[in-house]
Amino acid sequence: MSEGYSPVMPANAYNWIAVWHRNFLAWRKVALASVLGNLADPMTNLFGLGFGLGIIVGRVDGTSYIAFLAAGMVATSAMTAATFETLYAVFARMDSQRTWDAILSTQLTLGDIVLGELVWAASKAVLAGTAIWTVAAILGYAEWPSILYSMPAIALTGVVFASLAMVVISLAPSYDYFVFYQTLVMTPMVFLCGAVVPLDQLPSTVQHVASFLPLAHSVDLIRPTMLGRPAGSAGLHISALCVYAVLPFFLSTAILRRRLMR
Amino acid sequence: MNMSTLAINLAGVTKAFGDKIVVNELSFSVARGECFGLLGPNGAGKSTIARMLLGMVSPDLGEITVLGQHVPARACLARVRIGVVPQFDNLELNFTVRENLLVFGRYFNKSVREIEALMPSLLEFARLENKAGARVAELSGGMKRRLTLARALINDPHLLIMDEPTTGLDPHARHLIWERLRVLLARGKTILLTTHFMEEAERLCDRLCVLEQGRKIAEGKPQELIDAHIGCDVVEIYGGNPHDLCTQVRPYVRHMEVSGETLFCYARDPEQVRAQLRGYAGLRLLQRPPNLEDVFLRVTGRELEN
Repeated sequence: MSEGYSPVMPANAYNWIAVWHRNFLAWRKVALASVLGNLADPMTNLFGLGFGLGIIVGRVDGTSYIAFLAAGMVATSAMTAATFETLYAVFARMDSQRTWDAILSTQLTLGDIVLGELVWAASKAVLAGTAIWTVAAILGYAEWPSILYSMPAIALTGVVFASLAMVVISLAPSYDYFVFYQTLVMTPMVFLCGAVVPLDQLPSTVQHVASFLPLAHSVDLIRPTMLGRPAGSAGLHISALCVYAVLPFFLSTAILRRRLMR
Repeated sequence: MNMSTLAINLAGVTKAFGDKIVVNELSFSVARGECFGLLGPNGAGKSTIARMLLGMVSPDLGEITVLGQHVPARACLARVRIGVVPQFDNLELNFTVRENLLVFGRYFNKSVREIEALMPSLLEFARLENKAGARVAELSGGMKRRLTLARALINDPHLLIMDEPTTGLDPHARHLIWERLRVLLARGKTILLTTHFMEEAERLCDRLCVLEQGRKIAEGKPQELIDAHIGCDVVEIYGGNPHDLCTQVRPYVRHMEVSGETLFCYARDPEQVRAQLRGYAGLRLLQRPPNLEDVFLRVTGRELEN
């Protein structure tokens, strides 16, 4: 059916903003708790691992371990914030809260909703990633002007992981299945993608696998901006991340259509 | 009928979920300004039809046109002028009444200023003037339904699709909703209503369609259906074994139905039925004019052999 797919694609370039705005309004009511919740984990990792492990590790990749780790934590916190927002909050809006059901009776399409949710989850990722970045900058592990380069990379990371998590929720029958994604995909990625351990310390096969993982591209994009180094192959990393953002968007929208609009 | 005067047109629509056919070769049309009812028990396919009209369920066969747009292909264009009251409230529970309307208006690309301008009339319509700042979680069931109704009006719809709008409400709240719907009809809105309340259908609908297991089993104006299918008074008898009583009254009635513990006797001369039952102790009799419930019992074929 040629006209079969168009009803679920975004209807225009701005419908999604209404969905983003709805989420922003809901978030504003619980902003403080939400921000603290998003920051506690990466901060603990940054200081705990950075200062604790840093003493044993010494210098890594030509810099102190905590400076190396800071970029990893920025990327990881963006990944976590976008993923958790999508897995739990978006799933609730799609399922038990019936928020999507209400929106689908308006002039918005399923694609408008998915896009709005992705941009919203990415916004939370920017918030979380930038907060860690700021702490790192205060401690002297990042140059302030380089935020201009880091922030778009953090936002792109957020869109990627929101998009991937959207595929997970489109397939998951209930919340119980999300733990598999967290433990089998996200946690290994933190260790395989150069966030906490330098990639060149790992066996070459692992390095090869890592070069395909989205978090590795995020870390490789964010770390040079924070350490004030020239970004090697930035174009490659950006292209890879764009693929990871766009393909899951179409895939999840197609699966969600089957799930919600039989 | 001219297509431009039709709000809704269904032609030969069939839908199956797996092996189960939920809508079976259904055709009907609703004229603009009309209140049309889909009447049937739970599981008759009413909600599926309502969702089909919105493009949220795709038919396997048949054509659907809503407000001149082919559905589901162009459903989002039709939805610009549709207001929906869903079967289950899907309001934002943590938002205030005002915020609910604000957020919903934005889904129709309205600016905050436009929505603020509409707000007083919507709140007044829903009789929620004093609740603008209240969280939805604090509202009663009737207030939530009225807010859902106000929300459905935010895009000034031509067509309202209401899926069991008064299910779960107490009688007072239900009457208030009915009164509000009549105001909307007087303003020229088209309403498609699904219900399993015969009284609701009888009071509100200009025409209705009786559904059973996804099939249309009767269609027409409520009073015409009642006249055509029943056309005489009804005596409800309960408090005894309905099957024993059947034999007693059989010669004096046009037909009978048993539903649960109640025997429905349709008789031109109800006095004769009463006379037959005088000897029975503990029976309770209620004589009344026929209504849609009787039509439903008759057309669904749950009638005793006569």
